[in-house]
Formats: sequence, C-alpha cells, structure tokens
Amino acid sequence: MDARAGAGVTSMSAQTDLLAQILDHANRANPYPLYAELRKTPVLRAHDGSYVVSRYRDVVGLIHDPRVGLGNTSQGDGDGVSFIAMDPPDHDRLRRLAMRHFEQSDAIRPELQRIVTGLIDRMQGRQRIDLVDDFAYPFPVTVICDRLGVPHEDEPRFHPWADAIVGGLDPRPGRAEAAAEAHVEMTRYLSALVERFRAQGGAGLLSGLASDEGMTTQEVVATGRLLLIAGHETTVNLIANGMLTLLRHPHLLDRLRADPDLAIPLLEELLRYEPPVQLIRQLYSTLDDVDVAGTTIPKGSRVTLVLAAANRDPARFPDPDRFHPERPDNQHLGFFGGIHYCFGAALARQEVQVALAELARRLVNPRLLEDPPPYRQNATLRGPRHLPVEIDDVV
Amino acid sequence: MSIRTGRDEAFRTSGRVVIVGASLAGLHAAETLRREGFRGRLTLVGDEPDEPYDRPPLSKQVLAGRCPPESTALPHACALDAEWRLGTPAIGLDRAGRRVRLAGGEEIPFDRLLIATGTRARPWPNPAEAALAGVVALRGRDDTRRLRQELAAGPRRVLVIGAGFTGSEVASVGRELGLPVTVAERAASPLAGALGGAIGAVAARLQREHGVDLRCGVTVTSLEGDARGHVRRAYLDDGSALDADVAVVALGTLRNTEWLRDSGLGAGPRGVACDAGCRVFDMYGIVTDDVFAAGDVARSPHPLFGFEFLALEHWSNAVEQAEVAAHNLLSAESERRPYLHVPTFWSFQFGVGIESAGVPALGEDVVVVQGSTDDRRFVALYGHQGRTVAAVTFDQSKWLDFYLEQIETAAPFPPRYRTVDQPAQRRVVPADFPDPAVPSHGPMVIRTGHSPTERAWTLVPARG
Repeated sequence: MDARAGAGVTSMSAQTDLLAQILDHANRANPYPLYAELRKTPVLRAHDGSYVVSRYRDVVGLIHDPRVGLGNTSQGDGDGVSFIAMDPPDHDRLRRLAMRHFEQSDAIRPELQRIVTGLIDRMQGRQRIDLVDDFAYPFPVTVICDRLGVPHEDEPRFHPWADAIVGGLDPRPGRAEAAAEAHVEMTRYLSALVERFRAQGGAGLLSGLASDEGMTTQEVVATGRLLLIAGHETTVNLIANGMLTLLRHPHLLDRLRADPDLAIPLLEELLRYEPPVQLIRQLYSTLDDVDVAGTTIPKGSRVTLVLAAANRDPARFPDPDRFHPERPDNQHLGFFGGIHYCFGAALARQEVQVALAELARRLVNPRLLEDPPPYRQNATLRGPRHLPVEIDDVV
Repeated sequence: MSIRTGRDEAFRTSGRVVIVGASLAGLHAAETLRREGFRGRLTLVGDEPDEPYDRPPLSKQVLAGRCPPESTALPHACALDAEWRLGTPAIGLDRAGRRVRLAGGEEIPFDRLLIATGTRARPWPNPAEAALAGVVALRGRDDTRRLRQELAAGPRRVLVIGAGFTGSEVASVGRELGLPVTVAERAASPLAGALGGAIGAVAARLQREHGVDLRCGVTVTSLEGDARGHVRRAYLDDGSALDADVAVVALGTLRNTEWLRDSGLGAGPRGVACDAGCRVFDMYGIVTDDVFAAGDVARSPHPLFGFEFLALEHWSNAVEQAEVAAHNLLSAESERRPYLHVPTFWSFQFGVGIESAGVPALGEDVVVVQGSTDDRRFVALYGHQGRTVAAVTFDQSKWLDFYLEQIETAAPFPPRYRTVDQPAQRRVVPADFPDPAVPSHGPMVIRTGHSPTERAWTLVPARG
C-alpha cells in the first residue's frame, strides 16, 4: 500500500467498530444515531479494511469521481455480472440497450392501479393485515415480472430466489451457499425463457432484448436477473418504510387521503429519510489516490458509501431528522447518483406513489401494532420483515 | 448580519427598480429581488410581446414538434408584483435623469437599473435576401413557428448557414424529420468556435453519419428567390450552387446594446462591461453605483480565467448572473457577492447529448481522458498553460461535476490520474480553435479582452 495510506484516517480505534455496529441486526430499527456518529469521521477506516465515507458532499463527490470504479466487465466470470457492477464502456452500452426496452412511462399507470386495487380488495373483511406480506411484497414482484415478460404462472418461483440472493449480501453462515444456488436456478430459468423469446417472440423487456442484436443471451439473462432482484427488494422496502413512516405520522395519512398528489413530494422525502439502499459496501475501489475531506484514500482501496448517512447530513439538509414531505431542494441519494443512478427510478416512483396514495385512501383508521416492527437481517437493503397493522375497514 | 443604512432600507421598501430585458435573466433577477425582500416598485421592460419563455427547446423539442411553442413559458417561482412593459423595447437611457426611454415615448424613472437585454440573432447581411420567405434566423418563438411551417411544407432541401450550436441543432431536427439538409460552415468543422477543430471533427463525422451534406470552409455568398419571393437557391464561394427551399441563418448573435449608445456606459458590440459584482462600467472605466448587468449582454472579468472579460451566452449564466446582479443591486457594499460561475452549457444533436464546463476556447490543447471519439461518447479536457480550463462531454455528462471541480481548482493539465474507461493512450493534440481574426459562428463564450471600455472587436493574437 501507498506510503500515504491512512494519513489522517482514524484507524483501528474504538470507532472502527462503528461499521460493525451498523451491520449488527440489533441496530437495524434505528441506525441513524450511528450514522450521525459516523459523519464525525469523514473518512473512516473500518474493521473490514474499507474506507467508509458518509457525508453528503463527500459521497456525491465519489459517486461522480471517475477515479473510483467497480472493476468488472461483461467478459468477467462465466456467469456474467450485470451492468450495475460494471464500469463504462460496458456499463453504458448495456444500460442504454436495456433502457430502450424498459417501458416505465405514465402509460403503465392504469396497470399499476389495477394491481394495487386487487391487493387492497383482498384485505376486505380483515382487521389485521401485514403490509409487507399482504401488499409491499407481492406488488413489485408482479409489476417487474410483467415488465420483463415473465409468465404469471412462474411468478411465485421468483420470491424465494430473490430472497436468497439478497440474503447472500449478509455475511452469515449458509447464506452464501443458498444465494449461489438460487442464482444458478434463476439463471437457468431465465436462459430458457430468453431462448424461448428468441425463437417465438413475446412481450416485455426480455423479449425486446432477446430480439435486439446488441446483447448476448448471457447479458440478457444478467440484466433480467438484476432487474428482478433490484426491482423487487428495494421497492418492497420503500413501500414498507413508507407506510411505517406514515403510520408514525398519522396526520400525514390524513393529508395524503385528502390530496393524493402529496404522494409525489412525500416519496422524495421518504427516499431521503428512509432510503431502501442504505449503503454501498465495498463494491467500489479507487483506481488512483483520491483525496476526500483532506484524507487520501490510497489507490486500490475498497470504499463504502453510506447513502443513508449522507441523506441525513445537516450540512446539506436542514433539520435532517425531521420528516418533511414538502422539503424544498431535496436532492437525496435515495436512488444513488452518477452513472449508476437507479435504472428503475421512474417505475419505482410510479409504483410507490400509487401504493401509498391508495393505501392512505382505502385503509380506514390503520394502526401500527408493533413499533419498531421486526426488521430483515440485511443492513444494505434495510426494511421491516413484517408490518402488522390493525384496520377498521377497507373502502 | 449587517447594519443597513437608512438609505438602503428606504430603497428596499419604496425604491424603484427597472429591469430592461424580460427573458430568462430578467425574470430571475426580478424573482431574486422579491425573494430577498425588495418591496418597492418593479418594472420589467421587454421587446417581445410574450412573458418570459425558455429558448433552448426552440431549436430542439419545439422545432421537432414534440411540444408547442407556448409550452416554453418560464414558471414564476414567486409572485413578482411587477409592472410589465412588453412589446415595447427600450430605446435610450438618461443616466443623469435616471430614466429609461421606451419606444413610443414613455419614460420610466428608476433608482437602480438592471440591464438584461441579451442578444438577437445576427441577421443575413443582405436585407433583400433576408426578407425572402423561407429565410429564417432562429431566436424567438415566432422564428420557431415560421421555421416549423417551412419544414412542414416539405422543402426539397434545408440549407443551414453556420454550424454553431443553433445551426447544428436545426440540422439535427431537419434530419430527424427526414428532410435533406445541407450545412455550410466557414470554419473547417462544425462547432469549431465553441469546441475547437479537434472536437469539431468529431461533430463533423456525427453530422455526416446522420446524412447531413456538410460543407466546411465555404461561405454562402447569396440567396436567390423565385417570382413569389420565396428562397429557392443559394450560391457558395466555392463556385457551387444548390437548390434549397429553406435557408436557416445561424450566424451567431448580436448584443442588444444599441439603445445604450448615448448613455455613456461602457457598452458596445461586445456587450455591456461590468465588474465581478455585475456593476456596469461607464465609458471611462469608472464603475457605476446603481446600474447592473446580467445575462448574454454582460461581459465581466472572470477570476478563474485571468480576469479576462467574458461574455457567456449560456442558460445557466443567465440564471446565476441575474441572481448575483439582483442580490448586489439590493445589498450594501459589504454584502455584495462576486460572480464566480464556471460556464456550463448543453446541446442535443444527432442523438448525442453534448455538455461542457469551463471555457474551451481558452485551451491550446485537448486530450480525451475517458471513452472514445470513435464511439461518440467521451470526455475531453482542454488545457491552458499547464492547467485544466474546460471539459467537454459527448454522452458522458454524468462525470462533469468531477471535472468542474478540476477546472475550479486549476488542476494540472494534462491530467495524470487514472480513471475508469480510460483510453489506452491519452494523446494531447492542439485544440485547434479558428484564428479569432476570422469571425466564427456562435462560439457562446466570447473572450472580449481585458479592458472594461473595450467597445470594438479586438483581435486576440494567434497562438504560438
């Protein structure tokens, strides 16, 4: 490592455990005080050797810094990573192709409305519902399977796969094996589907990509796998975090009921306040020495970006711990930024705007039964595992 | 924060401000005045009949028919409570009497004045030919309406005279509409004045790939109409002629300073000279107290670029300079802010988004640091005396913030750091800007020398 390595970095002291504490499930319900602590050391050398950056200005700087990269190419390991893990030029080529075939305009709004209506209809006659299992979970999976062109009857197979793969991000025994297995199965399924689309045609993104000359089957499969997982878990958490936040601020539920358009700015604040992707851990590394806030992160270092901490940086957002649905100048990092800005952001916005507005409108007197609710293990894609709620009626 | 004098407070409560120019800069200046607590009388004077509207879409989405001209009205961020004098250009300024004279004879008194009269399209030099139907210079909404009608009539060929940004964007829309397009440019490549010949050559390939009949190093010498007064034919100085039913005149801009001719201000063809705080100089180089300028019409010394007076024809410049000018107009001396904006602009043509930061025209050399010009997606940096002065991106704008910081900090050129998507070899080549002695079309950042009283076109010596 470079001679300057670690210059000015708080290393291996009591603070090095901050990242470990953040990753600890015991702190999942409220990691925000830890993030505030983290911001006091702009560049923290963590126990895992990575450099943790948490202030808004610094995170944004690194997101746009071409001296920081992911290091993968489309000719990587045999299975093929997707463009989310690639640098340009491969990233740009594949993302552009995928974007061309990914319909996420207003035109799909009625379809979203129909799915949401169906899910809420099923809550009729019940007093106790789980907003995760009954709503947040099935909704985005149905939508993304539709967008990709996965047949409806195959949809249930995706839930356990996506779960296992996302679970693999957590360093717990057995997780990695389960993730690898799900990865193989999903890849096998998607490859067969893509081959079928190539032969017979079809609707949706996968068929569009299959008929486009720009992508190999392996690249189409990797793209499909990415969108299934990314479009799934993040949106589940965004909806669940959103309802949790609204149930903690019941007057906002009333306001949203009276004015469904409030969902538009409210969602942006939600993306700031409770972002579904909390941190980008060790995926990026430095291609050269990079100065951040007066500290040199040496060439070849792993970098962890704590988006959720940056979103609460008081130097950027006044009164950052207050949920303020009409917050002006709300350029949050809830969808990340730079070239890897969320590919499905437009779709996610529509999904969650419709979901929150409809839940607010139709659920009568919803009350949180557990606060905090039980959380998923995952610290990166953070959200409640269940969100038990009592309601009087469904209109 | 500060102790305001009685005079300042009285001005904020009941003073009179006149903003001459009711486009992007004028509107933002007005909004800033109100937002910062000016409660006095506010008058906006504009030569066009419309309330402020946005111009960049006029040569892009509006011309292509994807949205109507009316949709470009600029939103008001706050209630302006202003008196509007639209469709009545200012024709004179009486500084001693503190009055702006309007066409029609009305005189509007002011305590403080903000000049934001902008630019207009340089007209075709022969008035008879310029008056032919089908000859259009693009600047305002009405120009776009006319040009759209001409394009919709199915012309045999569209001739674009001048391949600056406006000309290139019009050519792009013409090809998008499936029309045969010829572009005639005096320089050796399109965008040469703004980006230099080295990157201009990439733009030339882009145009030709999209079916443009691009002719560089030529000048259109005359336009010829039919019996009904519609343009049908153009003659070039290489002896050739071509049939065209539309001629788009895209020869850059002229600064709207004629109305200030007898005002005694440092105003001329190169713009209205002002200091780094937007206060206008008089013709002797003495700074005035109560006259400010912003937007395309202003030329001010830029600390990042050797305090040379720059005139910036950029959207972001109009917005940000107007905010600084309005703030300083309202503020006591100690609260005034310098205008430190690094120029940025964007263009969209032939399916490629072009964005830039800094002043490319200051660069002697250029190097591609990311991507590849062959793929039409790259980042190019411009260097001047060993430091980075500008970045230009083709379809790579997401990196621009990083390079903006390199420019702001005068980072070494050529850069030595490693980046993603780095070409195998970083070749530094001459940026190849045209000799400033030869006027080129629409450079957008105009270097106007170091003298506040510079009123004529000056020659910046050729490099070397």
